[in-house]
Amino acid sequence: MEKMKKNLVIVGGGPAGMAAAVAAYDKGERDILILERDTALGGILRQCIHNGFGLHRFGEELTGPEYAYRYEAMVKERNIEFMTDTMVIGIDRERTVTAMNKEHGIFRIEAGAIVLAMGCRERPKGAFNFAGTATAGIYTAGTAQKFVNMMGMMPGKEVVILGSGDIGLIMARRMTLEGAKVKAVCELMPYSGGLARNIEQCLHDFDIPLLLSHTVVEIHGKDRLTAVTIAEVDGSRRPIPGTEQTIPCDTLLLSCGLIPENELTRGAGIEMDRVTNGAKVNADRETDVPGVFACGNVLHVHDLVDYVSEEAAIAGGAAVRFLRGETEANTLIELATDGKVRYTVPERITEIKETKVFFRVGDVFRDKKIVVRAGDEVLLSKKKQKFAPGEMETVTLPADALRKAEGKTLRFSIED
Amino acid sequence: MKERNLTCIVCPRGCSLTAVLDGDKVVSVVGNACPRGKIYAEKECTHPERTVTSTVKTADGSVVPCKTRTPVPKEKVFDVMKEINEVTAGNVLRIGDTVIENAAGTGVDVVICANKG
Amino acid sequence: MYNYCVIGAGVIGGMVARELEKYDRSVVIVEKAGDVAMGATRANSAIVHAGFDAHEGSLKARFNVRGSVMMESVAKELGVKYQRNGSLVVGFSDEDKKTLEELLERGKKNGVRELRLLDREEILAIEPNIGDGVTCALFAPTGAIICPYELCMASVGNAMDNGAELCLNFEVSAIEKTETGYKLTAADGRTVEAKTVINCAGVYSDAVAAMAGDTSFTVIPRRGEYMLLDRECGSLISHTVFRCPSKMGKGILVSPTVDGNLLLGPTAENLEDKEDTATTAKGISLVRTQAGEQVKNINFGKVITSFAGLRSVGSTGDFIINEKDGFINCAAIESPGLSSSPAIAEYVVELIRKAGETLTPRKDFIGKRAPLHAFREMTEEQKSEVIKKDPAYAHVICRCETVSEGEIRAAIRQNPKPHDIDGIKRRTRATMGRCQGGFCTPYLVRILAEELGVPETAITKFGGNSYLNLGLTKNRK
Repeated sequence: MEKMKKNLVIVGGGPAGMAAAVAAYDKGERDILILERDTALGGILRQCIHNGFGLHRFGEELTGPEYAYRYEAMVKERNIEFMTDTMVIGIDRERTVTAMNKEHGIFRIEAGAIVLAMGCRERPKGAFNFAGTATAGIYTAGTAQKFVNMMGMMPGKEVVILGSGDIGLIMARRMTLEGAKVKAVCELMPYSGGLARNIEQCLHDFDIPLLLSHTVVEIHGKDRLTAVTIAEVDGSRRPIPGTEQTIPCDTLLLSCGLIPENELTRGAGIEMDRVTNGAKVNADRETDVPGVFACGNVLHVHDLVDYVSEEAAIAGGAAVRFLRGETEANTLIELATDGKVRYTVPERITEIKETKVFFRVGDVFRDKKIVVRAGDEVLLSKKKQKFAPGEMETVTLPADALRKAEGKTLRFSIED
Repeated sequence: MKERNLTCIVCPRGCSLTAVLDGDKVVSVVGNACPRGKIYAEKECTHPERTVTSTVKTADGSVVPCKTRTPVPKEKVFDVMKEINEVTAGNVLRIGDTVIENAAGTGVDVVICANKG
Repeated sequence: MYNYCVIGAGVIGGMVARELEKYDRSVVIVEKAGDVAMGATRANSAIVHAGFDAHEGSLKARFNVRGSVMMESVAKELGVKYQRNGSLVVGFSDEDKKTLEELLERGKKNGVRELRLLDREEILAIEPNIGDGVTCALFAPTGAIICPYELCMASVGNAMDNGAELCLNFEVSAIEKTETGYKLTAADGRTVEAKTVINCAGVYSDAVAAMAGDTSFTVIPRRGEYMLLDRECGSLISHTVFRCPSKMGKGILVSPTVDGNLLLGPTAENLEDKEDTATTAKGISLVRTQAGEQVKNINFGKVITSFAGLRSVGSTGDFIINEKDGFINCAAIESPGLSSSPAIAEYVVELIRKAGETLTPRKDFIGKRAPLHAFREMTEEQKSEVIKKDPAYAHVICRCETVSEGEIRAAIRQNPKPHDIDGIKRRTRATMGRCQGGFCTPYLVRILAEELGVPETAITKFGGNSYLNLGLTKNRK
């Protein structure tokens, strides 16, 4: 079996992996290898052909492929090595990476440091236990996106969408522009999981109804889907008898959440965060295994790729500092949440310096404050017009504030 | 005077805007976190625009992504789509290549968004 | 004119066809669906029963016990995954204990080996996650698990490799007795003639028998609903955990599968529609409740899919296996049909002999078949060797189950060839993992279209009108 050695191995060549590689290069590291399972660099952005990417990162509005290309160009300008059509099948705590591709067969790489950037997958239909037959015509929104945008095929003509995540909203518009009729978007929760701008420009623009507190209870059809029965749900998200209505359609798209793809992470026994479904990390995005970092949607699901790039640059830069023995592993401060704040990234702090903390809330809150406390002391309090589960929030904690919290737990809460 | 509630689509923040109109003229905008929100509200109330993104077929039978270089009048979106659906691009393409000039008479070109070949 | 025509390419038809191929005779299998294993074989409990369930003297008891003994070597020969994991029938009360004692006695009479009763302590020692209310169990170490559709694909494929023909989408609509045998006409007008017909038509075996003039029995479909959980749940238990039969019915089972998933089900509901494999909210909820009583710590958040199958329940209460004028019924093969399948196939040959035919074994019959999953089970070194010869084995298409392009193309080229995405799934496990085909379905469409030489829009999920895509964008035809 072929064996290699690399200072830095990056698993995944999407926006996170490429940004981590570029950041590592720019910090002086030259021995970098990106491993990408698809046929080209770019990850899921290659099929996200809509615009709206890059406003933060590049100050202009780009489509997904254009955003990906900016990073691909940076990778190529720097001559950073990458392998496509290469599947990583295992990593371990000694930072050995096992991968396979056509050229090298199954091979191992001893890595000085690893950045995990595998991205996420969509919640599949099996998770819903729909009553009915397993007909054709039920897809996750991302699968339909691949068919339409990459393969030029139309998965359906009359569409119902379950879940109002951003990909579902985007696909409502894409299918409509390509000639399909999108009959409704049903959302189990009383609020949408997608960005407000996408509800506006993807649904309202085309008069597509958004049915909040609704779900699909039954699917119909033998070979191909012919209809779905939807129903309103009560406060505990159970269908309310008598509210059922049947909508004829040939396609059901699911956009009901994204799950970080952490099989490799779990396989290496890395400590996980039960809320994010990603690894627990410090501000460097280093996991509990020294020298193994994680960033992008494999760490926690982001709303904007711009934030993915930002986070990946942190991880890539930190991996270089790790290789030079400059990082700190001992936890000085733990971060905790009140449930209204669902999670924070990072989950722990190992160095006292200005730290930006990403977090998400579990419900819609209007005119509330995000409050950060160490013990009884309020370190930070920031009011906001609206907090929504679909949007990632940030607070920046200055070094002075963190110094006061050393040895304590930082508590994040939403308050009046 | 009339009020119109809007959701800004300029950036992911998605500010809730309220525009006050005198006839079809926007008198004031509130709720915007940045100046772009005000411009958006004024445009949206008078001549709304959207960027169209789609794909065009290529000579070898595949599809590549494309977009209008700048936003086009909202009511022209489906006219632009008609032209996008008809055109055939070449097999060697670079980001920014023009594939349709002056799409549907909007004065806006449709350009390629991915490299190919 | 064939010697034998087997109607139905389920596990019974497949095993019968393969058994017949051992002799110097021609065999054709006709199948209504677009692939093999599309009826009860596709969706059942995947269990090789020990044989204590059926009443002494019944065909079910006879073939189950014999089949259970034969299965291990048949599976090995055909390269089908089989695991003798042992089974437990668990009881919750003194009344249940009495029932278990009866089952023990019945099992002994049927000739089932090594049966014994366990108390709660003993159960906990071998199954720590057993339900809190479980007080006693009947333990059958000879119980086993197998993949039913893999056994069917392997037996049909092996029969074909030895010369059998397979006619798919051949829905028998008329059977005519001729001077030399039978003439079968399909709904689309195709015909097949054979000297002897073996009716293995599952839920339709009564209708097929009636076409040949035998109206002595009927078959009704009994629906069973199941839930399948992620592979990370498969190690929750190691034995198959049945529920003690009660006035309320036979109850469901909780079992690991040979692929490492956890299977829960089935419900039991008699229907009229022989095609109704829809799941219901009520059925799935019953499966959840009962499974949770039998085994604790089941993570229902890890359900990958739920599905339903139809068992063929005959009007006599037993299997209906008989011969008259060269027409052989293998009808009403409900549970323990999978377990009995090798023994039923053996018996069909016996019936043919009894009817006066002299069968001479072929010297060139090759009973061994390379397992479909061979590559999966290789060491990394062995895999590297395969990859050197065919680099497509290093190109992973299904990332959740790590299935390569090489395995997928090999499966498409091997007998019996798949023609749709679900066919690839059953042969390779591609799309069967956590993302349920979210990432790999578009690639599978491309590979299958390429291999079959058809447009990508012609690819279906499971034949018929189950098209995955309804056209092309950009006004293309």
